[in-house]
Amino acid sequence: MSAAPAYNFAYLDEQTKRMIRRAILKAIAIPGYQVPFASREMPMPYGWGTGGVQITAAILGKQDVLKVIDQGADDTTNAVSIRAFFAKTAGVEGTTATEKATIIQTRHRIPEAAMQDHQIIVYQVPLPEPLRLLEPRETETRTMHALAEYGLMHVKLYEDITRHGHIAKTFDYPVEVAGRYVMAPSPIPKFDNPKMDDCPALQLFGAGREKRIYAVPPYTKVVSLDFEDHPFEPTKFDHPCALCGSTASYLDEVVTDDKGGRMFVCSDTDYCEKRRAEGHHGHLYGGEDMPLEAAE
Amino acid sequence: MMMNQSSPLLTASGLTKLYGNRLGCASVSLELAEGEVLAIVGESGSGKTTLLNLLSGRLTPDSGMVSYRMRDGITRNLATLPEAERRFLARTDWGFVHQDAAQGLRMNVSAGGNIGERLMGIGNRHYGHIRAIASDWLERVEIDTSRIDDRPTAYSGGMRQRLQIARNLVTAPRLVFMDEPTGGLDVSVQARLLDLIRSLVADLGLAVILVTHDLSVARLLSHRILVMKSGAVIEAGLTDRVLDDPQAAYTQLLVSSVLAA
Repeated sequence: MSAAPAYNFAYLDEQTKRMIRRAILKAIAIPGYQVPFASREMPMPYGWGTGGVQITAAILGKQDVLKVIDQGADDTTNAVSIRAFFAKTAGVEGTTATEKATIIQTRHRIPEAAMQDHQIIVYQVPLPEPLRLLEPRETETRTMHALAEYGLMHVKLYEDITRHGHIAKTFDYPVEVAGRYVMAPSPIPKFDNPKMDDCPALQLFGAGREKRIYAVPPYTKVVSLDFEDHPFEPTKFDHPCALCGSTASYLDEVVTDDKGGRMFVCSDTDYCEKRRAEGHHGHLYGGEDMPLEAAE
Repeated sequence: MMMNQSSPLLTASGLTKLYGNRLGCASVSLELAEGEVLAIVGESGSGKTTLLNLLSGRLTPDSGMVSYRMRDGITRNLATLPEAERRFLARTDWGFVHQDAAQGLRMNVSAGGNIGERLMGIGNRHYGHIRAIASDWLERVEIDTSRIDDRPTAYSGGMRQRLQIARNLVTAPRLVFMDEPTGGLDVSVQARLLDLIRSLVADLGLAVILVTHDLSVARLLSHRILVMKSGAVIEAGLTDRVLDDPQAAYTQLLVSSVLAA
């Protein structure tokens, strides 16, 4: 173990980890309910995943293999520095391979590879309260959760349809967990919402600044809110990935020059690299420019 | 109309509210039958609004109780009702029309969304149906249905007040509380709004508890009047009797101070 002697295992002291674990257990017991916890100052700014890092620190064991992604990518600043943080303070093995990881800390995405039942996915959450923008009073939103008064959430969706002709929310799309609590799934694209439903992995959500932890236990029903005549629809793409040719993944638009050139590539870098290694090619990576139907 | 059930819809007994040492409302008792319109009148600071808030459960009385005959016909003490049921009652079987429409409306939500909120709150999940009902209610309160997607911020004061009424009536409540519904509107708009309220109340058989300082509003809308002064009810009776033959000295003063009503 290469942990620096100045730190306890995984940075936080044992009492703090116990406190966070208690909050996590309560959160798992009440799926979707936001459990308050005594969030600590972490050696990173709010907004960089202080909630997610505290959860990861509390559940991390020496045998764990940690993967950290930011917008699906393993090689961005946030992902690299959090992985390095735990490599230094806990000496755990880091990985970029989704299948190898036992704990996946994520910001803004759920990996494309199917989650497994021995994995835990930890979300970094900036705004845990789905009703906040509609109802500014914390006392009132708590009462609304307690009494399951979620009509207001649909007022927001109603307004979207009225103004845009469809539900315009594309990320942090509200979900109902286990038929009871309405939950903000952190700013994942609504493309990922169906992956939360009946997911074999345990899903934990940590909001450091807002001091809330909530959870979706494995194999729990997660339903995206909608209207009967305006059903929920995950984002669809007109293009396959320019590198690996996948038509089943969430794509990032990348501007390639100042003449309007752009390419669409998988946001999940691990998934994209694996597909290329398996011999799949998009039109900018040795493949042909195929129409969407024929791409797979 | 709808007076088939003999027990009163709402009963209050001995309602008292103190604000520190000051008296908000002293030992008020009243009964309201289904479909009856009761006006509470009095000068500013006489405890009218306190009484209204006590009756509608927005304030907790220091002593006394309010009971209400629920839709299932069972009369229950509101203080012992679980919060979930009390809030459900308040947004289905009751309405509350504020003097300032901005308090009773969501100003950043379109008119359709404002009317639809209660429907969505009780589980309506069909956009088309909600919109059709909202449009129907806009028509009933005489707002052009082409303005269904406008926010109340783009509405005039009178239209806001009518929108607020529509928003409250969409779940077919049996009892509506109104706090100076025509206050702050100019006279011609007031007259039109009063006309609308009167016809809606008659058509729907609504029971209304109306707080107003304007005796002409009370005369036009109400069946019965309570006159309040310094937190106490000093006179109560049928509207025409109280206004034409006031007994209490203060009521006489109040009636005589109206300019040729």
